Amino acid sequence: MHFVKNSAELQALQNALLISKEYNSEKIFICAGGGCIASGSMKVKDAFVTQLKNAGLNETLDIMETGCLGPCAIGPVVVIGKDDTFYQKVRAQDVKEIVEQHLIGGTMVEKLLHPVEEQKVSKKSELPFFKNQDKQVLRNCGKINPTKIADYIACGGYQALSKVLNSMSGEQVIQEVTVSGLRGRGGAGFPTGTKWNFARKNQDSVKYILCNADEGDPGAFMDRSILEGDPHSIIEGMAIGAYAIGSPQGYVYVRAEYPLAVERLQIAIDQARTFGLIGENILGSGFNFDLEIRKGSGAFVCGEETALITSIEGNRGEPRPRPPFPAEKGLWNKPTVLNNVETFSNIPLLINKGGAKFAETGTEKSKGTKIFALAGTVKISGLVEVAVGTPLRKLVYDIGGGISTNKKYKAAQIGGPSGGCIPVEHLDVPLDYEALNKLGAIMGSGGLIVMDESSCMVDVARFFLEFVQDESCGKCVPCREGTARMKQIVDRICEGKGEMKDIDELEKLAGTVTNASLCGLGQTAPNPVLSTLRHFKEEYIEHIRDKKCRTAVCKELIVFKILEVCNGCQACKKVCPVEAIHGEKKMLHTIDEEVCIRCGLCISTCKFDAIVKY
Amino acid sequence: MAKVEKCSCGNDEEGLLERLEEIIISFKEKPGALIPVLQATQSLFGYIPQEAILKISEILNEPLSKVYGVITFYSFFSLKPRGKYLIRVCLGTACYVQGANEILTALKQQLSIEIGETSPDKLFTLDVGRCFGACGLAPIIMVNDDVHQWVKPSDVKKIIGTYKKQKEVKQEEEK
Repeated sequence: MHFVKNSAELQALQNALLISKEYNSEKIFICAGGGCIASGSMKVKDAFVTQLKNAGLNETLDIMETGCLGPCAIGPVVVIGKDDTFYQKVRAQDVKEIVEQHLIGGTMVEKLLHPVEEQKVSKKSELPFFKNQDKQVLRNCGKINPTKIADYIACGGYQALSKVLNSMSGEQVIQEVTVSGLRGRGGAGFPTGTKWNFARKNQDSVKYILCNADEGDPGAFMDRSILEGDPHSIIEGMAIGAYAIGSPQGYVYVRAEYPLAVERLQIAIDQARTFGLIGENILGSGFNFDLEIRKGSGAFVCGEETALITSIEGNRGEPRPRPPFPAEKGLWNKPTVLNNVETFSNIPLLINKGGAKFAETGTEKSKGTKIFALAGTVKISGLVEVAVGTPLRKLVYDIGGGISTNKKYKAAQIGGPSGGCIPVEHLDVPLDYEALNKLGAIMGSGGLIVMDESSCMVDVARFFLEFVQDESCGKCVPCREGTARMKQIVDRICEGKGEMKDIDELEKLAGTVTNASLCGLGQTAPNPVLSTLRHFKEEYIEHIRDKKCRTAVCKELIVFKILEVCNGCQACKKVCPVEAIHGEKKMLHTIDEEVCIRCGLCISTCKFDAIVKY
Repeated sequence: MAKVEKCSCGNDEEGLLERLEEIIISFKEKPGALIPVLQATQSLFGYIPQEAILKISEILNEPLSKVYGVITFYSFFSLKPRGKYLIRVCLGTACYVQGANEILTALKQQLSIEIGETSPDKLFTLDVGRCFGACGLAPIIMVNDDVHQWVKPSDVKKIIGTYKKQKEVKQEEEK
């Protein structure tokens, strides 16, 4: 334990850490991000501990459990520090081979390397997945152990806070943030400097700073990865923000679905307090700031800022009308700044670099980098960071490796339930706030789901309507009733009972819900419908006019049929929950369409590909 | 609302209520204490029993209607006891486009229960979730804190079987 009294001591500590044996030791990096842990990376770690010991290498080689390295789909991933070798899909039983063949013998284990166009690329830095990224905010993810504050300090952690406390006034900090052009990464893209300035100008003696870690958009896990992989960067960013606006107390609102994030952030907060980097008289500056975690309880709407505030206050998480904005009347009616995890994580970077330098990355109106959670039918799904304005194509093809199935790219859904779908003709759209808005999508928090031709776009619209309908808090009528009526119409279309006038009806209702809803959830809820109507209208028309779903997703419009290759094994007959399949043993089976509920269990059971749906 | 039941794990629920009282008192001075207290209650009992609600309301000096209103607003709080294993099927976008609905159908069929229900042997409760942030591994289901990735409808039987076995092994050991 090391209490850091002032900036000089922090610098001395960093210097000492940089020449320490632990920092300079040779390392094996094992991803301990949520994805890799689920794929068994902790078993791989245990195997390394045992095998290194057996080989007598445990004194010379250190094992480092890192935050998310990014390519979740090919986890657990391991990087050998000395030569930057990247191993994918490592299982515990592979570890002996890595140790004996590679670490001792000096020959790489070829079968665990990542294939790129039939060649095996061994170095992490040369893999397209990493080479095409610009890791700024994720600079430490994969390099440090998120549960060790010393690792963060060694990499220059808390130097930005030290610089701010030592040599800058609150106004100067805000000026720097304003110059940087940083915009809120939670989705709306509001300029961070402007937001902070509102709160700073308020004369109230009590102010709060909140971090929104209620990452609820389905398909988004950027914030989760920062919380789990580099929690100190959030604490440092919040402390700087608190200093800028003059707030002694902060809260991080983390969703309950992220137990590991809560655990690691709590460890980080406790360490920061022990080191005197939060608490009273931070680094001898006289500035006090403390931080507390509040856990969510499973309500999507709490990601909306006023609902989040209401929830911290101990109430049902219902939004309030704005104005007054939180910067004026927020938590317990005090001036409050609320920013997203990624926004705060940008702050130390921005202060260290300087606002002007930070603004060199990105587009004219949107600066810096953005993290995306790339998922769906791409080869390497995972966490990626690129400069704002990078074309979508680069993410899907150069970084994600293209479509994982033998079908073609159909659309990318960006921005979750508030966002929209980007069709193939706009694959070159630069990922920035304005360009995406023009196409009816939004940057959102960064969830990016790639869909191939097997996805039905009407069904995607239905999915999001069901989501917002489910998560609508019910306080205002346009959102509660409007989304329900919209869902009724889309349900009808998916069931083959739609009429052509339904399309106009949907557009009209969407306008009302957008204009009249109380909070962002309702105001953006129609976006997935509007964007699919805009880019995939012919699919709606097919559902209505031809009663056909070209992707065979909408159950009511599809037919299941057993082909002649059926050998009468009876597996499908046994699994059918409604006894719709008939046929004697070793004879061709048939499906009774009237009885069939189109659950698809027969298809997934059949080992002979004898059942089709169309 | 369900009354406190003698739960299968053999814990003394009277004792749990006493512990709850200590927890509530320790939170009492904190602003916005109600939700953290309810979270503690949920993890202590596995659900929120009627007696706990009365106690929380009394000690925190919050009207019963408000406590009840908050409980029913958030999906993590349950007024009914849950099974030993809570199975949650992720219905986030990435999982949905890769077939999460078929997994849900298979689970419903295997367990013969609907969403929100508990199997008669009190072993499994079936629920759905809105993205667990493991989209790179979609589709996934969570059984308590375990993540099962790239699940196919045909895997469901095996997954359920593993947990049934775990329970049997434990019972054997206890004998």
